[in-house]
Amino acid sequence: MSDTTTPSGGEDTTTRVVLAKLGLDGHDRGIKVVARMLRDAGMEVIYLGLRQTTDSIVAAVEQEDADAIGLSMHNAGHLTLGPAMLAALDAADLDVPLIIGGIVPAPDLPILTEAGVAAVLGPGASADEVVRTVRRVVHGE
Amino acid sequence: MSDPKDDWQADYDEARLRDVPFETMSGVPLDAVYGEAPYPGQYPYTRGLHAAGYRSRLWTMRMFAGFGTAEDTNARFKELLRAGGTGLSTAFDMPTLMGRDSDSPWALGEVGRAGVAVDTLADMEDLFADIDLSTVSTSMTINGPAASLMAMYVAVGEKTGVPRADLAGTIQNDILKEYQAQKEYIYPPRPSMRIVTDMVKFTTAEMPKWHPISISGYHIREAGSTAAQELAFTLANGFAYVEAAIAAGEDINEFGRRLSFFFNSHLDFFEEIGKFRAARRIWARWMKERYGATDERAMMCRFHTQTAGVSLTASQPEINIARVATQALAAALGGTQSLHTDSFDEALALPTEKAARIALRTQQIVAHETGVTNVVDPLAGAPFVEWMTDEMERQAEEVFAHLDELGNGSILEGVYAGIDNGYFVGEIADAAYRFEREVNADRRIIVGVNAFTDGDEDTVPNLLRVDHSTEEYQRKRLDAVKKDRNQESVTAALDLITATAEDSTTNLMPSIIDAVKVYATEEEIAMAMEKVFGTYVETAIV
Repeated sequence: MSDTTTPSGGEDTTTRVVLAKLGLDGHDRGIKVVARMLRDAGMEVIYLGLRQTTDSIVAAVEQEDADAIGLSMHNAGHLTLGPAMLAALDAADLDVPLIIGGIVPAPDLPILTEAGVAAVLGPGASADEVVRTVRRVVHGE
Repeated sequence: MSDPKDDWQADYDEARLRDVPFETMSGVPLDAVYGEAPYPGQYPYTRGLHAAGYRSRLWTMRMFAGFGTAEDTNARFKELLRAGGTGLSTAFDMPTLMGRDSDSPWALGEVGRAGVAVDTLADMEDLFADIDLSTVSTSMTINGPAASLMAMYVAVGEKTGVPRADLAGTIQNDILKEYQAQKEYIYPPRPSMRIVTDMVKFTTAEMPKWHPISISGYHIREAGSTAAQELAFTLANGFAYVEAAIAAGEDINEFGRRLSFFFNSHLDFFEEIGKFRAARRIWARWMKERYGATDERAMMCRFHTQTAGVSLTASQPEINIARVATQALAAALGGTQSLHTDSFDEALALPTEKAARIALRTQQIVAHETGVTNVVDPLAGAPFVEWMTDEMERQAEEVFAHLDELGNGSILEGVYAGIDNGYFVGEIADAAYRFEREVNADRRIIVGVNAFTDGDEDTVPNLLRVDHSTEEYQRKRLDAVKKDRNQESVTAALDLITATAEDSTTNLMPSIIDAVKVYATEEEIAMAMEKVFGTYVETAIV
């Protein structure tokens, strides 16, 4: 079967990505699609599900030896929750890149990147873009 | 046997018509209906619920609004009413939707962001300040803690001299689709259904103008389902509520009249129209034939429609106005009772006042300028439209047969089983991913996303920014309300709720109304029930 959504570059079986919904936001269509995109690209995806806390995410990242974290936010909580996640990773002495996906207005992008968020993926990001972004933040490709 | 056309004519003659010329722009006079029986207003209502359709009454233009504090949203409500909106629709923020107060650790970063924050009756009083609750109909989009919010609305009514019997509106209160799509649940499905059934009983007895459940496909579609899945899952949930109410001893002809529905209007024009027409026909047939309703009003599928938020693009956001117009037209041709049109900037942020006004204007153009309201169900009889209606029904019936089998002859049990075994979330996630892959493979064109992208780099329009001080303001306000109230009465009221939750033969509503009146918070009430009902945690599957 030809899979047109798998980007060029071949299988990527070594990258481990923890995906989670942090806080109360229940919009999970996007993150589930992203999980399948990454999985189809060969990555190991650990989806923690809804209503996670910064603590539960830190624990999963440690336990799973994750290479990247993807959080999906659709309720405009990114300016609070993004930095809170970074602080929790810092406190646990974890140097794992954080990617935020979802609805982030353009003026907020520099605020998040300056705070230390590795990348932000907006609505309409293609599978190719999603996979390349993860590879870039993990491997610097 | 009387002639259906004569019957229709008699019904039409009784309708009070709007005072506008029913003719084309060029002056050609138009009949109210064309084509064959059954006519609009006749079972199984494929062609609409009323003989005169929009000739007698346009759909209610009900714009969903809510952000920041109760005062902020109150101002937006008044603006929408001034602009010609005819009903209010309240969006609550995420903590409120999840039964959490603004001072909960879970609320961090979410207070007033995606809707208005309501912690206590004091916020509800501000939300509806200077709005006469006896003259508006209010829709409240809330599910898990719906009983508390409905109780607060009742209490605001009483405080402003409007008895509960005169309150008109709808509370979403469709808990089943929360486990399937929207994910805003508190308790497990079965105790949640007890609360829903208590609310149906309470409103049937005391609030005749109130719709206690709005059975919602909207969120199922937004989560990624197909049109047929939206139709099928929604109506199946409807059957489940009907079976639960019948089991609780309620009369189907009484509560059946006050059930309402809420559908999505997406971009595939004829598929959507077929879906709306099929919804009315399926509901009527099942209510009559399977559940034995005899009152025609209990067989009627009344529905609100909202255009598809998920179809809006963040790139070239202004072109979303065209998408919304097409979706609004489909909803009108499908015979909706009320409509919310999305604002073009919603893929970027909550709508600005201007964007919300343009969205309202869009449906006003469909209603007053396009002429589609002159003829009832104007597409009836078109071979493709009738085929599409039949096809939607066929696909939905396949789902009902599957759930009926899962539940050994009970749709309610089938729905519980489908929630337990991941059937609904799995089907929806599969459909969402299939669509995404098609877009990625360029088999589907999304203008501004994978084609016609010139202009994508244009600067984004002005976006609504919810002030960061909202969260702190709301926490202080909650703190003040808590200091001001009589703690002893609050504790007693909460204990009574817990005791009532333990006794399934007593309706929960009166104890919840008593608790909100002494300013118990939403979270305190939710926790008082959680002690008995427990919580629900979804298994994370991709």
